[in-house]
Amino acid sequence: MMLRNAAGRRAVATAATAVSLALALTACSGTTKDSEGSGGAKAASSAKADPDAPLKKGLKIAFLPKQINNPYEKIVDEAGIDAAKEYGGTGKEVGPSDANASSQVSYINTLIQQRQDAILVAANDPNAVCGPLKQAMKKDIKVVAYDSDTAKDCRQLFINQASSEEIGRSLVQHLGKQIGYKGKVAILSATQNATNQNTWIEFMKEELKLPEYKGMELVKVAYGDDADQKSFQQTQGLMQAYPDLKGIISPTTVGIAAAARYLSDSSYKGEVVLNGLGTPNQMRKYVKDGTVEQFSLWNPEELGYLGSYAAASLASGQITGAEGEKFKAGKLGEYTIGKDGEVILGEPTVFDSENIDTFDF
Amino acid sequence: MTTAPDTKTAPTPRAAARPSPVRALALRWDTAVGALLVAVLVVGLGTTEGFGSGENLAFAFNDIAEVALIALPMTLLVVAGQVDLSVASMLGLGSALTGALWEAGWAFETIVPAVLLVGVAGGLLNGWLVTKVGLPSLAVTIGTLALYRGLASVALGSDAVTDFPQVYADWAVDTTTVPGTFLTYPVLLFIVLAAITAVVLHATGLGRSLFAIGAQEEAAYFAGIRVKRIKLLLFVVTGLFSAFAGVVFTLRYGSARADNGLGFEMLVIASVLLGGIDFDGGKGTLFGAVAGVLLIGVLKNLLTLNDIANEVQVIVTGLLLVASVLTPRVIATVVARRHRRTARTPAPPSS
Repeated sequence: MMLRNAAGRRAVATAATAVSLALALTACSGTTKDSEGSGGAKAASSAKADPDAPLKKGLKIAFLPKQINNPYEKIVDEAGIDAAKEYGGTGKEVGPSDANASSQVSYINTLIQQRQDAILVAANDPNAVCGPLKQAMKKDIKVVAYDSDTAKDCRQLFINQASSEEIGRSLVQHLGKQIGYKGKVAILSATQNATNQNTWIEFMKEELKLPEYKGMELVKVAYGDDADQKSFQQTQGLMQAYPDLKGIISPTTVGIAAAARYLSDSSYKGEVVLNGLGTPNQMRKYVKDGTVEQFSLWNPEELGYLGSYAAASLASGQITGAEGEKFKAGKLGEYTIGKDGEVILGEPTVFDSENIDTFDF
Repeated sequence: MTTAPDTKTAPTPRAAARPSPVRALALRWDTAVGALLVAVLVVGLGTTEGFGSGENLAFAFNDIAEVALIALPMTLLVVAGQVDLSVASMLGLGSALTGALWEAGWAFETIVPAVLLVGVAGGLLNGWLVTKVGLPSLAVTIGTLALYRGLASVALGSDAVTDFPQVYADWAVDTTTVPGTFLTYPVLLFIVLAAITAVVLHATGLGRSLFAIGAQEEAAYFAGIRVKRIKLLLFVVTGLFSAFAGVVFTLRYGSARADNGLGFEMLVIASVLLGGIDFDGGKGTLFGAVAGVLLIGVLKNLLTLNDIANEVQVIVTGLLLVASVLTPRVIATVVARRHRRTARTPAPPSS
């Protein structure tokens, strides 16, 4: 019994000593943020691009979405896998069932073991995936980020769905045209600190400063927190506060659907113009009943298709990821690589009663 | 669950129903898990290209480094009839603090002991609530699970800190191995700590006390074991290991975040239970727990290499877990029944 207690006490003492020893050791100066940079290895692309090289046959490419079973990413990835068939390669989609920062890492490592020719990744965390992606590039596996970028030196290309400036400005342009450039307008956003939303809103405000919009006044930016119920109430609140409101821009798929639901049942239906970013399946009903005339979103199928061809062009040596290089993306035509290896899919697609039935996502 | 144990009559009612040593070994679940681990390794080597490469094995083991580290003190806790659900939150808090202090310009060599101290403090809080306030560990640590994760979010918000010094990151990443082996440094550290833990659990008085507390807490108390102090110590060590796992995790992924290791507590507990540690306490071996952790890691790697969907992986792990809880009970029932039958047939009427 005495022995047991002694053992217990000794263990406590050992732990205490270890901690204090560690503390004492660090009394000497150490490595701080300022004394040492990250020193990440540069992903040097010493290879030369050969624009005339044909696309290789039998390429193996893998899509690693943020999370498997996410309907939006499924559309993107399946379009990319179909594109691989066009150029005689094989594609597949693998990934974690949760969107944690680290859960993609084990998949990247196994893709390296499987000797894929290219990995396409929509990163949950731009840095957590960096180590294994650099390892992949060292083994001559091409890395393309899509939808959500990784740190710049951890991939060769980033396929961006649309430029933030394009999205922000085009929404104001569309709404301006719809309301004849006159009247009060409001924005229904997601959360107050959503980076992408705020960037778009900044560009909306920039666009509104142009002379042709002098008859338009932005009266409020409301936040529905990407919750259906809250977005619905915010729309209701907007209409109560500004009964003469002419237009609402909601650059979030949750927000625009909730706003449309409110407007379609209210006396403002047809009076207030609603525009923004939404998915065709969510908005079809409101386009058909006349609540909404048009809205936009990038085309996820084209995003996957472009990513797939970009990966194949890299793996075939047509491009290395340097700025200014050009490659052909099948039916989408030619694309040029921009600054920092960024490739922009293009302007958002506008959906209206004419074309909405040709889309299913 | 005796209500009023008597100091004189408390000890050892367990020796009575022991089967023969050979059969005991063959029927033990931890040996079975060890055998299963070997079987999975052999199947993997035979069927899957790239599985046996040093690089892949280094990665497969490093991938579960943090879970394995936390599983060590968790084994001791569960043997003593306790559980700590706050470990993954403590990992997240450790990671968030590492990031926040690094941002604030602290030296990395000061950050590590500071984070470890926070781990000790968190463990003390858990242990205090369990031993002094007398709450069940499950309830206490469900609470601190939320508390520590909340503190992590306060410390770092939704940011991610990423620019850690390469010299330290190299110690944790999947690609730096101990010269001449395929072992990474976190795995090497785990091996050393696992050896120490095994000795503590199976070859010291403290270890025997843990089994006694887990089997019959009151009896252990009346046998003179300092039950509360030992329990407190266990929670402190668990907090310490969890915070340390947070530092390892942060360096390995090069990303400090408040939500790091979300849900890992289930993985840790699952591994420990899979290794045959009885959730009611009092039974199990560290060998079993280690085999359980490795089995989950290797199986995940093998299934991923073969493009088995994540859902199926979750189902496989779940089935293994159910089997690990069920099989020993089924065997025990069968053995007991046979025992009773053989005992009944000759039936010499004696006292």
